[in-house]
Amino acid sequence: MTSRRDFLIAAAGAAGGIGLATVSRPARATPAAMQDAIRKVTGGAPLRSGRVKLDVPPLIDNGNSVPLAVAVESPMTPSDYVKAIHVFTERNPLPNVVSVHLGPRAGRARLATRVRLADTQTVLAIAELSDGSYWTDSVQVVVTLSACLEEVQI
Amino acid sequence: MACATGVEIPAGERRSGYEFMSRETRAMQDDDVTNPGMLWVLDGEALWNRKDGSAVRACADCHGDARASMKGVAARHPAWDAASGRPVNLEQRINACRTARQQAAALAYESRDLLALSAFVALQSRGMPAAVAIDARTRPYRDAGRDTFIRRQGQLNLACAQCHDERWGKKLAGSAIPQAHPTGYPLYRLEWQSLGSLQRRLRNCMIGMRAEPYAYGAPEFVDLELYLMWRARGMPLEAPAVRP
Amino acid sequence: MARAVVNVPAKVKRGEIFEIKTLVQHAMETGFRRTQLGEVIPRDIIRQFVCTYNGVEIYRAELHPAISANPLLTFSTIATESGTIAATWTGDKGFSVTQSARISVV
Repeated sequence: MTSRRDFLIAAAGAAGGIGLATVSRPARATPAAMQDAIRKVTGGAPLRSGRVKLDVPPLIDNGNSVPLAVAVESPMTPSDYVKAIHVFTERNPLPNVVSVHLGPRAGRARLATRVRLADTQTVLAIAELSDGSYWTDSVQVVVTLSACLEEVQI
Repeated sequence: MACATGVEIPAGERRSGYEFMSRETRAMQDDDVTNPGMLWVLDGEALWNRKDGSAVRACADCHGDARASMKGVAARHPAWDAASGRPVNLEQRINACRTARQQAAALAYESRDLLALSAFVALQSRGMPAAVAIDARTRPYRDAGRDTFIRRQGQLNLACAQCHDERWGKKLAGSAIPQAHPTGYPLYRLEWQSLGSLQRRLRNCMIGMRAEPYAYGAPEFVDLELYLMWRARGMPLEAPAVRP
Repeated sequence: MARAVVNVPAKVKRGEIFEIKTLVQHAMETGFRRTQLGEVIPRDIIRQFVCTYNGVEIYRAELHPAISANPLLTFSTIATESGTIAATWTGDKGFSVTQSARISVV
C-alpha cells in the first residue's frame, strides 16, 4: 500500500523534484510490533478505555517535533495513583516512544513532550495505575511531508 | 532569460513566517522556556563573556552588557563595512571582531559557536523593526540582491519571487509558502532539528530549485540578505524564531 | 557541554502543585538516518531522565529515538519544602548532564 508520505515524495518528484529523493526508508514498526511492546509493559493485562487523555494535534507542521501530552484522571493519593505512563506508535521505526514513572508526589498525572512521527499513524498512551489496572487512549495523526527537505548535515 | 516581476509585497500585507505556522509551532517560539533556540542563546551568552584569542579578550571586555550594546545591531545588518568596502552580515561582523580584536580564528558558518553568538546578539534586537541602511554605498548591493531574488535559476528555472512574492499563502506539498522575510534568524527549524543561519535556509531553497547554491559567506548571499532585510523593513525581529 | 534548562516558579505555596519544564541540548540521533554516502549514522540518544526534589526522585523517564531532538519534558509535583529541583539526563557515549533550580516554598 502506498502511504501518504510515499505518495507525496513521488508526487513532489514528478512535479519537478522539490525535496530530495534520498529519503531513506528504514524498517518500520508494525501494529504487531506495537502490540508486542505493549505486552511487555502490561504483561497481557486488559487495557480499558477511559481516564487517559492523549493530546496530539491532528494536523502538524513537521513530524520531527510533534507536541504530545498525556493526562490521566487520578486522585494521586498514596493509595490510588498513576505509577507510569507509556506512549507507543504503530508506524515509527520502533514502537516505544517514552515511558515515565511517577507517584503521588506528582500531584497530577501528566506528561508533555515533543515526539517524532514518521508517518500518518495511530499513537497510543497507556497509564499503569497503582491498583494494577491499565487504561488507554489513542489518536490518529496526519503527518504531511515538508516541502523542502535537506540532506543530513554532519 | 525571463524574469519574475519583482513586485514588492505592500507593507500592509507583509506577514512573518510565524503567521503561517500552526498554533503549536507558534507556542514553541512564544515560550522561551520551551523554545530550543534559547539553548543556543545560553551558549552565546557564555561565549560573550569568555576571553578568547591571543588578545585574551572577551566580547564583553569591549562591548560590555550586550543587552544595551547589542540592542538593534541585528536589525541593522547586513551593514556597510568600511574595512572590506562592502556590506557584511551579522556573522561576518562577529568574525571580523574575532579576528581583528580578539585575534582569534574566525568561526565557521553553522558551527555551534557562531550560531550561539549570533543568536545571543540577535536576541538583543527582538521586537525591534528591521532597519538596514540603504544609501549610496549599500544601494548597489541591495539591487544586486534583488536581481538574484527575481532571476530564474536552476534546473527548475524558478525565481525566489515566483514563490515568495507571487504565490505566498499557497501550498507547496503540505507546507504553506511564506513571504521569505529573514526576521527570525538564526532560527530553530523543525526540519533541521537544530538552529541554523539564514544562509543555510537560502542554500536549502537553491537546492530545492536545483540550482548550485553559493558557498557560505559568498557576496551574492550577503547581497540577497541585504535585499531581504530591506524588503522586510519595519517588521519586528523574532530571533531565535521557530519554523517548520 | 550541552546546555540544559530546568524551569520552576520562583515561589509556590506549600501543598500547591507546580509545573516543572525541562529542556536539554541533544541531537537524539535515531540510528535510522544515513549520510549522503549511504552510511548509517549510529544511534546516539539520551536514554534516561531523572528528576529529584531535595534528593528524592519524583519523576523518571525512559527515552527512545522517537523523542525529538533537544528533548522537552514537562510534568508536575507538589510543593513540600524549599530546596532544589535537580534533573539529570544520561545517554549514549557517556552523556550525562545535570541542571538544577531553586524553589522557594512559602
